[in-house]
Amino acid sequence: MLAWTIYISFLGVLVLMLLPKDNPRAARGVAFATAFAGLVIALVAYAGFKAGELLTIADKAWIPTLGFRYQLAADGVSLTLVLLTGLAAVAGILFSWNIEHRAKEFFAFYLALIGGVYGVFLSFDLFLLFVFYEIAIIPKYFIIAIWGSTRREYGAMKLALYSFIGSAMVLVGMIAAYVVSGAETMSLVELAKFSFPHSFQMWAFPLVFVGFAILAGMWPFHTWAPTGHVAAPTAASMLLAGVVMKLGAYGCLRVAMTLFPQGLEPWGCTVLGFGSWRDVFAVLAVIGIVYGAMVALVQKDFKFVIGYSSVSHMGFVLLGLVTLNTIGVSGAVLQMFSHGVIAGLLFAVVGRMVYERTHTRELPMLEAMRLSKMLPFAAVTFVIAGVASMGMPGFSGFIAELQVLIGAWKSYPALAIITGVGILIGVAYTLRATQKAFFGDDTTAAATADADENSHGHEPLQPISVPERLGATLLIGASVLVGLYPHVLLKIIVPSFESPLFQWIQKGGAQ
Amino acid sequence: MNGLPLITLLTLLPIVAGLLVIGIGSENRKVGRNLAFGTGLLTFVITLWLWKSFDASSGALQFEEKHLWIPTLGIEYRVAADGLSLLMLVLTAMVTLLSMLASWRMDDRSHLYYGLVLFLQGGLFGTFTALNFFHWFLFWELSLIPAFFLVRLWGGPQRAAASTQFFVYTMVGSIGMLLAFLAIFLATGHVSDFTALAELARKGEIASAISSDLTWTGLSGKALVGIIFLGALLGFAVKVPLMPFHTWLPATYTEAPSATTMLLTGVMSKMGVYGFLRILLPIFPAEIQQYRTPLLVLAVITIVFSACAAFAQRDLKRILAYSSINHLGYCLLAMFAVATGSTTSPAPDVERAAALNGVLLQMFNHGLTAATLFWFVSLIEQRSGGLRGLNDFGGLRKVAPVFCGLMGIALFSSLGLPGLNGFIGEFLIFKGVFPLAMCSASVSVIGLLVTAIFILTILQRVFNGPLNEKWTGFPDLTTSERVLLAIPIALMFVLGVYPQLVLGTINATVVQLVKQLPF
Amino acid sequence: MSYLELLKLALPETILVATAFFILVADRSTGGLDRRLRFRIGGLIASVGCALAAGWIAVTPAHANVMNGLLVIDPLTRLVKAGILILTILTVLLSSDSDFTEHVGEYMALILFAAVGMMFLVSAEDILMIFVSLELTSLSLYILTAFNKRNIKSAEAALKYFLFGGMAAAFTLFGLSLVYGLSGSTNLHQIAAALAGKGLDPLLVVAVVMTIVGFGFKVAAVPFHLWAPDAYEGAPAPSAAFIASGSKVASFFIFAKLLMIGFAGVEGSGAWRSFVSGWIPTVAVIAGASMILGNLAAIVQGSVRRLLAYSAIAHAGYALLGIAANNEDGVASLLYYVLTYGLTTVGAFGVIAVVENRTGGDTMSHFAGLSRRAPLISFCMFVFLLSLAGIPPLAGFFGKFYLFAAAVKGGENLGLLWLVILAIATSAVSLYYYLKVLKQIYVAAPETNEPVQVPILQQIVLGLIAAAVVILGCVPAVVVDALKTAIQAAGH
Repeated sequence: MLAWTIYISFLGVLVLMLLPKDNPRAARGVAFATAFAGLVIALVAYAGFKAGELLTIADKAWIPTLGFRYQLAADGVSLTLVLLTGLAAVAGILFSWNIEHRAKEFFAFYLALIGGVYGVFLSFDLFLLFVFYEIAIIPKYFIIAIWGSTRREYGAMKLALYSFIGSAMVLVGMIAAYVVSGAETMSLVELAKFSFPHSFQMWAFPLVFVGFAILAGMWPFHTWAPTGHVAAPTAASMLLAGVVMKLGAYGCLRVAMTLFPQGLEPWGCTVLGFGSWRDVFAVLAVIGIVYGAMVALVQKDFKFVIGYSSVSHMGFVLLGLVTLNTIGVSGAVLQMFSHGVIAGLLFAVVGRMVYERTHTRELPMLEAMRLSKMLPFAAVTFVIAGVASMGMPGFSGFIAELQVLIGAWKSYPALAIITGVGILIGVAYTLRATQKAFFGDDTTAAATADADENSHGHEPLQPISVPERLGATLLIGASVLVGLYPHVLLKIIVPSFESPLFQWIQKGGAQ
Repeated sequence: MNGLPLITLLTLLPIVAGLLVIGIGSENRKVGRNLAFGTGLLTFVITLWLWKSFDASSGALQFEEKHLWIPTLGIEYRVAADGLSLLMLVLTAMVTLLSMLASWRMDDRSHLYYGLVLFLQGGLFGTFTALNFFHWFLFWELSLIPAFFLVRLWGGPQRAAASTQFFVYTMVGSIGMLLAFLAIFLATGHVSDFTALAELARKGEIASAISSDLTWTGLSGKALVGIIFLGALLGFAVKVPLMPFHTWLPATYTEAPSATTMLLTGVMSKMGVYGFLRILLPIFPAEIQQYRTPLLVLAVITIVFSACAAFAQRDLKRILAYSSINHLGYCLLAMFAVATGSTTSPAPDVERAAALNGVLLQMFNHGLTAATLFWFVSLIEQRSGGLRGLNDFGGLRKVAPVFCGLMGIALFSSLGLPGLNGFIGEFLIFKGVFPLAMCSASVSVIGLLVTAIFILTILQRVFNGPLNEKWTGFPDLTTSERVLLAIPIALMFVLGVYPQLVLGTINATVVQLVKQLPF
Repeated sequence: MSYLELLKLALPETILVATAFFILVADRSTGGLDRRLRFRIGGLIASVGCALAAGWIAVTPAHANVMNGLLVIDPLTRLVKAGILILTILTVLLSSDSDFTEHVGEYMALILFAAVGMMFLVSAEDILMIFVSLELTSLSLYILTAFNKRNIKSAEAALKYFLFGGMAAAFTLFGLSLVYGLSGSTNLHQIAAALAGKGLDPLLVVAVVMTIVGFGFKVAAVPFHLWAPDAYEGAPAPSAAFIASGSKVASFFIFAKLLMIGFAGVEGSGAWRSFVSGWIPTVAVIAGASMILGNLAAIVQGSVRRLLAYSAIAHAGYALLGIAANNEDGVASLLYYVLTYGLTTVGAFGVIAVVENRTGGDTMSHFAGLSRRAPLISFCMFVFLLSLAGIPPLAGFFGKFYLFAAAVKGGENLGLLWLVILAIATSAVSLYYYLKVLKQIYVAAPETNEPVQVPILQQIVLGLIAAAVVILGCVPAVVVDALKTAIQAAGH
């Protein structure tokens, strides 16, 4: 059943390719129907899901000579992310409703990306997972390069190359693991049972972890993220931040930490104060949190603010992962969901609601426009998304970040405190961006009134359309639902960690 | 009525209505306003209903609701109300109604305005009933955001600076508090329920848990607990405010539209005092006791200096803003004063109960009086085209006698004239504080004195004296305004004469609170 | 063994030769027709001939060995020959749109002769036969390169190709004669037996190195690659396609056979920091150099053909991993890789040919906005280039994956991992230049929006190749299983 999320997306691609050329309405109709069907399937699967089970969806021999299987399965973590993908996909299409330029190709690439993402989240064969992982890279490139804005070709290429380099590292670790295990299998469940030599795990773990973490925007490999996000068209930014970055984090959790848990153990010596890879990644994650927030604080381009905030928020995910306790790791998974929804919303406001109407993202220029009066809906949405992103209680971000913080507190108290500072800066940059973008100063407005004399003669900005309202409502609703009733996701996430795949968490928790 | 989650409903109702009002949009201004007002009325009725069905003979928490919220961390959603909460709920509902009436003619994006007011109300209801730190904090913050926007979007010329200052101050305070409670939460193994924490505090387990869990910082247990206490204190101290954390307040109150200031001073400032009573006093009694002297000094400074500052102001709103600080300073004084074990009084618990009863009364009274006063200021502004300087007027009594009469009553109530509501609260506070902290109480009396002076100055400069030629056409109150303003004024008299109306409901709660203090 | 039996075994090759002659004659009689039509007729005849030959291969006995290794038939050689024939068919079909020469018949015949040479090469296990068939192939290819007489570049390319090729042939011959001198035999198995246990004496080192030099030239590995960019750029598109596809398959196969069978025992070890002299470290170093130089040089190319040439050098580097792996998986992955690579390259050159014929050049700007002018072949190019870049689910990805896995498995204790890391890293770089081409096709704005007319045959063939690339990538098991069974049956 759940496998149809993948099939239907690729089916959608095929249908779109066969559509006549100049019919954007049909194209987005097909795309929306496809994405919506994906979401419905995910929801139905969620309804029928028994907490704690590993739901096998398909398991067939694929390349028997090498022992690769076509193995699709889902546990709570996968399902959470599949739900997120469904949500982000539907919202993304709602926010690209106005795409007319090569609409058919746009949605074809879009659905191909979605299909790949679903595939990654559902694959339990490492080879299959990798295949889907790479499938997701190429559409990103074209969506950004063709439909993007600021420095789109540069941003797109950077993104593609970073992703590819990351996946190259994963590939090395994967092949090595395949050969070392000698078991002629790529099944994650099987490989996780095999205990790799300690020395092997010690280098394979960081390799694969970093390979995936590049896509998760781990500092200092994050630089693709802001440029990519800024260059991308709205829907692509939403997907990038919403789900693609999650691919990386998911890979860290599902592959690197599951297969090479011993890589997390202490080296037995300290280098520059670090005693293990775990320490290194924890510190990098925290640097990402603080650094991303600080850089976001000084950006002039509205979208860069959000871009860097993504880096900061993804730092929480990585930090949560290396806490190695149920609270922290489930917090990380929840944060993946939460950030997917909230960042999607933020990008939607910036890219679709504001930029496509005002044609500028420069905060000083927006400041003079008093958008809160001209686009009240956008202002309200951004404020809600902003407070959600700050980690305000009542939204999903709060619970996720709280769990990560508490998890981190148990493992790295000092880092948890620095992270607290990161949250503070987060408040500051969100506030600053909100103020500047929507609630420009009267004084500034007056000062620029002369230069901007025709602003009164300006045609009124196009009102916010129905699809945009729907999309915003969908995402806000998801964030609030999880924020008010986190059990809805935690009930499937937490029991997953009792599976043998996640033994390392139970061990880590006991430390 | 048992099965109905009344408190949750009470909290959700304004929030949902707020969404509706915003959703209705600016086209149907009147529909939105009426819906908002109807909601305000309905919540007021519900609070009165709660008041009526509340078992006043018991100080226990009533109308309790409890659900598991974040299972991984064992955090519950738990709400209930005792006398303290109930009083605040009624006050909130009432002041919100008054504020809506005061902004009846608002037409600049009024749907958004009323929506935000309703959100604020929802946040306040939540704050006053929550018993678990996390969702309490949720509402605490939730009320901040609409307040910020109310000031930011509809405020005076300096609104940008004022609202930012307001937001940053409160936010920093909140963060301090959040960190403090996170530390406790972690140290105690995930306890975030206020009553459970108070229970632990009585046994002295919080301090020991903190000192054992945070050894890696290299600080002694006592210092750690002190830091955590100060963190928590910061959040409330900013909100009340306690000097020197007050500087955001005059600017914000002045820049905010008067109807919003009614809410800010009438209810939001009570959040801080409420926090002291509900959280700080039960959870950190030992620490308050330990830092009692400096805290008392600060409270006295707050009282005296704010009164003097009010005297020095020339803007009516600023005067009232400083007078707000002054009035709440008495509450702080009382709360710090009760935290002592060594007292000469033969029956310290009686004194404590008196002081705390006074605090509660003072909260309610100040809410009522200050809100009414700001309403008057807003009326003045409407009539004068935005002027509200102390020296801009003069002799208004001659052209607008009713206006001046009613506002005079409100001013006298604020001054603490016997027979009006302001008196009884302050009286009880001083009655309780004198035996417990003689010295502070004596100095604080200066505050009372200066208050009398600046209030009389207002009367003198604005109402009496020669009539300013400019204002010969100053219109008096219209009939509808008279009727509406008569309500709070009447209430002032009623409470002044018959404080038992409130005391009857809160006394049991206060006695219980005092009993649980480990002094 | 009677001549009749020999004919039976060599019938596929014979059919090709006969077809070649038939085309020569037939083309004489159609001399008056339009050149494109003649190309079409010739291509059709050649395809039928190849198809017949392929059909016959299917019915030849599974095992045969004529004259001690002169003509060896086993399941593996049958498979590889069939692959070469398929690539030949595709090449001639895609050439049917050309009009660069009057001498259509000769051109087609030469392609078939080259194919014959490749087929003999594949089934040879005797160094003499190897050399002779190698020369047959090479000479045909030199001429094919020079065939566009109106284009000075074609002549230059051919001359370069010929000079380098001649020198390489000399090296090969020298190396092989030393081998003969050392072992006293021309049969690979006997050579191996003779050399076994002797260790690596200096003469043998020279022999091994010389041989590798010779074949390194054929597969265009660094540092013997210099001819490739010019040949790819100057030669007529079908010739270039054939050089890059069929010739590669045959050369790699025989290269692997020669080293693995003939030089078994002197393989040495290419493990990181513990090199043991032998052919594996040599191959490994050549592979590494090819990957680095090929990929880096490709980045700066402005001509798509030159870009493909440098990428071909890089791909030769990857393919050499399969030889360095020196195991069964290595051979299987090598063959899977070069076959799919050949397929993809033929397709890519097919697209280039169309673009050149219609827009007049092969620089990046000629491809600008192609997706809006010719969506189908643009999509085909999309598939081909991404397959070359190694993006799943296309054939190139699995090919690389399999190669890398085989190489890691081949070196003891992950000894060849360094080479695989290098390969994967450079392969990440390669995405950049493939995307550069695709960026032109999909992102850049076209100069005109006028659709590019693509002959229907070209569309069908390219579409089929693209579909094959996708299918082979999705279900590689079809080919891999066949290859593995064949290898086991062949008993190498």
